[in-house]
Amino acid sequence: MRFLKQIAYFVGLPIALILLWWVLTIDSTNFFVPKPGQLAETFVEVWFSERFFVDVLPSISRLLTGLVLSIVLGILFGIIIGSVRILRQLSEPVLEFFRAIPPPVLVPLLMLIIGINDQMKVMVIIFGAIWPVLLNTVEGVRAVDEVLSDTCRVYRISGFARFRYFVLRSASPQIMTGVRQSISIALILMVISEMFASSSGLGFAIVQFQRTFAVPQMWSGILLLGLMGVSLSLIFQFTEKRVLRWYYGLREVDR
Amino acid sequence: MHVTEAVTTQRARRASPWSQHPLAGPLLGVAGIVLFLLIWEAATRTGLVNPKFFPPATVVLAQLGQDLVSADFWASVGLTMRSWLIGLLSAGIAATALGFIIGSSTFLRRITHSTIEFLRPIPSVALIPLAVLLFGIKMESSLMLIIYASFWQILIQVLYGTADVDSVAMDTAKSYGLGWWARIRYVVWPTTLPYLITGLRLAAAVALILAITAELVIGAPGLGKEIALNQSGGSVVPMYSLVVATGLIGVAINIGMRLLEKRVLRWHSSQRGDVIV
Amino acid sequence: MVLRLERGRPLTITQEGTAASHQVPALSVKDLKKVYQTPGGDVEAVRNLTFDLAPGEFVCLVGPSGAGKTTLLKCIAGLLAPTSGTVSVEGKVVTEPPKSLAVVFQEYGRSLFPWMSVRDNVELPLKNQGVDKAKRDQLVDEALEAVGLAHVPKSYPWQLSGGMQQRVAIARAIAYQPQVLLMDEPFAAVDAQTRADLEDLVRRVWKQLGITVLFVTHDIDESVYLGERVIVLSNSPTVVQEDLKIDLPAERDQLNTRSLPRFTELRGHVYEQIQRAKAASRPAASVTADNK
Repeated sequence: MRFLKQIAYFVGLPIALILLWWVLTIDSTNFFVPKPGQLAETFVEVWFSERFFVDVLPSISRLLTGLVLSIVLGILFGIIIGSVRILRQLSEPVLEFFRAIPPPVLVPLLMLIIGINDQMKVMVIIFGAIWPVLLNTVEGVRAVDEVLSDTCRVYRISGFARFRYFVLRSASPQIMTGVRQSISIALILMVISEMFASSSGLGFAIVQFQRTFAVPQMWSGILLLGLMGVSLSLIFQFTEKRVLRWYYGLREVDR
Repeated sequence: MHVTEAVTTQRARRASPWSQHPLAGPLLGVAGIVLFLLIWEAATRTGLVNPKFFPPATVVLAQLGQDLVSADFWASVGLTMRSWLIGLLSAGIAATALGFIIGSSTFLRRITHSTIEFLRPIPSVALIPLAVLLFGIKMESSLMLIIYASFWQILIQVLYGTADVDSVAMDTAKSYGLGWWARIRYVVWPTTLPYLITGLRLAAAVALILAITAELVIGAPGLGKEIALNQSGGSVVPMYSLVVATGLIGVAINIGMRLLEKRVLRWHSSQRGDVIV
Repeated sequence: MVLRLERGRPLTITQEGTAASHQVPALSVKDLKKVYQTPGGDVEAVRNLTFDLAPGEFVCLVGPSGAGKTTLLKCIAGLLAPTSGTVSVEGKVVTEPPKSLAVVFQEYGRSLFPWMSVRDNVELPLKNQGVDKAKRDQLVDEALEAVGLAHVPKSYPWQLSGGMQQRVAIARAIAYQPQVLLMDEPFAAVDAQTRADLEDLVRRVWKQLGITVLFVTHDIDESVYLGERVIVLSNSPTVVQEDLKIDLPAERDQLNTRSLPRFTELRGHVYEQIQRAKAASRPAASVTADNK
C-alpha cells in the first residue's frame, strides 16, 4: 500500500500535466505547440532512424570523451595544486578567472585555433567543464582533516597510498559537487559547439529543424536533449549514492 | 634564546614562516597572474602558437584598454548586464514564491518532486531553437534561457531551505498562535534566507553564461554577439579582448555575490559554504 | 644513564630505576624545547623536558589544561619537529614518525577513516606496509578480539558509539604491533562508565603485549589508576614538575584499587602538584636548565 502511494506521488503530477497538455491542444492548430501523440510519433520517426548513428551517437561520444577527460584531468590537477601550498596561492586568481569565463565564448575561440572538427568540440567541453572539478578538488584537498592527516603520518601512509586511501576519499564530497556542475556545463557545450559549427550532431540537427520550421521535429530534439540531461543526472545520482554513502551516513549521525 | 641547533627536518622547512605571512597569499596570487601573462606572451612571441590565431597578451590587453574607453563596448556590456539582471531577478522572484508554496506543504513537496527532478537537468540551451522561433533575436530570447536556467538553481536551494526549518521552532510558533503569514515571516524566511542567497549566487554565474550564450548563438544584442561578429569577421584581437572582458565580468559577479552573501548573512552563525549544489 | 630526578619530592617512594637504567630506554626525551613561530611573535610551548620510559613501562603524563601536552606528544610522535633537544625511540632519534610507534588520538571521530569499515581501518596500516593477507587477517582478528569488537567488522566507525570508536582506534594501534604506544587523552570525550571499561582494557592490553605506553591525560584519578609512573607537567611553557612512582599493586580494578588509602594519598599528592603547576611555580632545577 505504501509502495502504491509512492508510485502515485511519483507519476501523479507528470500524468496530470500530460493530460492537461493533451486536453489543451486537442483542438489546437497552434503552429508552435505540438500535440502529445504527434510529438511521440515524431520522436520515434526522427530519432529511431539513421539519425541515431549520424547525429546522436557522435554527440554522445564527444560529450562523454570531453566529460571523462575533464573529470580525470580536473581531479589530477586539483590534487597537485591543492597539495602544494605555494602552487595554490600562485594559481588561485588565474583559476578563478578561467572559471569565470562563460564557457560558450570558448567555442569561437577554439574554432579559430583548432578548426572545426571533433577535437575542437572535445576541447571546448574540457576547457569549460574542467574548472568546477578542478577547483572543488583543490578545496577538498585543502580541507582534509588534520587529525586524519596526522594519523596517516603516524602509520607511515605516504605517497600514492596516502592519495588513494586518504586524500581522494576525503575530498570526494567536494569532487562530486564539482562533477555535478561539470556535467551540466559539458552538456551545454556539446549542444552549443554543434549549433555553432558542425554538420552533424544533436545541436546541429535541432537548429536545422528550427531553420526549416520543422516544429514537431524541433520539439522532439528538445525532448531528446531533455532525456539525455535526465539520464546523465540519474547516472550521476546513482554513482554519487554509492561513492558517498559514508558521507551521507556520517552527516545523518552528526545531526 | 638559543634556538640554534634546531633539528631541521623536512617538516620544519616546509612550514617556513614566510609562506604563512598574511600578505604571502595575495602577493603570490599577483605573481601567478604575471607569470601567466608572461607565459602567454612568450608562447606567442616565440611562435610556439600561431600569433595569427592566438595574439600576444600585450596586444590583447592593449585592445582591452581601448575597449574600456569605447562607448560601443560599454553599450554592449550594458545590454548583456541588463538581460542578466532582469533574468536573474525574475527567476529569483518566481523561484522564491514557488519554493515557499511548495516547501510549506509536505503533500506539494512530494507530488512535485519527480517533476522537478525531471525538468531541472534539461539543458537550457535545448530551448534555444524555441526561443528563436518565439522571439527572434530580441532580448526576450536571452531572458527565456536565463530565467529557465537560473530558476532551477534558486528553486532547489529554497526547497532545501524550507526543508531545513526546525520543526520544534515551527511547533512553538503554532502553539503561540502565529498565523500562516507570521510563521513564514518569522520562522521559515530566516531559515531559508541563507539558502536563497546561495541559490542566487549560483544562479548569478549561470545567468551570465546563458546571457552570453544567447547572444553568441542566437544573436541577441550584447557582448556575445560582438564576439561572434568579430570571429566571423576575422578580427582576432578584438575577439580575445572581449573574451577576457567576459571573464572579468564573471569574476566581478562572483566577488560581488560573495560579498552580498557575507553581508546578508553576517548575523547567521554558520556561513553556509558547504551546501551541496 | 637514566637518573630519575628525585629533587624536591615530598613523597620519596623508591630508589628504583636500577634494572631499567641499563638497557636502552624505549622512549627518551632529552632537553626538548618547542617554540612556535607565529606572525605575532614567538610562543614558547615547551621549555625544557627530559624524561625516559623503560621498555614495558606504563607512564602517565598529567598536567593542567594548556600545558603543552599535545605539542609534546606530537614532537614525540615525530609529527612536529622540536626547536631543540631530541626524542629517541629505542635509541634512534626521531625525525619522522617511527615505525615502532603508534598513536591513539583524543578525537576518535576524526582519527578513523569514515569511508572505511572498522576492519578496513584496522587493516590499512598493515596493508600499506605490505604485510601479506593471511598475516594481516590474523593480526586484525586478534586486535578486534582484544578490544571486544569482533562482532562489528563491517560497520562504519560513525555507526558506533564514541567508546566503541575509540576501541577501533586502539585495535588499529595494537594490530600495528608497536613497541611504544602513545595515547593523547584518549578517553576525554567518552562517558564515565565507558571510560572505566576502556581504562581496564588499556591496562589489559598493555600487560598482554608487554609494550611501552605513554598515556597523556588531564584526569588525575585516571593517571594514578593507570600508570606505573606519573609525570606531572608544569604550566606552559612546560617543564617536568614532578616524576612520581605509583606503587599500587599491579592487579588493579576500578572498585578496590580506587578505594585503597594509598590511591587516595597518591591522588592527593598529584592534585597538589597540579595546583602548584597552575599557580605557575616551576621547579628550580628545570628553570636553570634554561638560559633565563
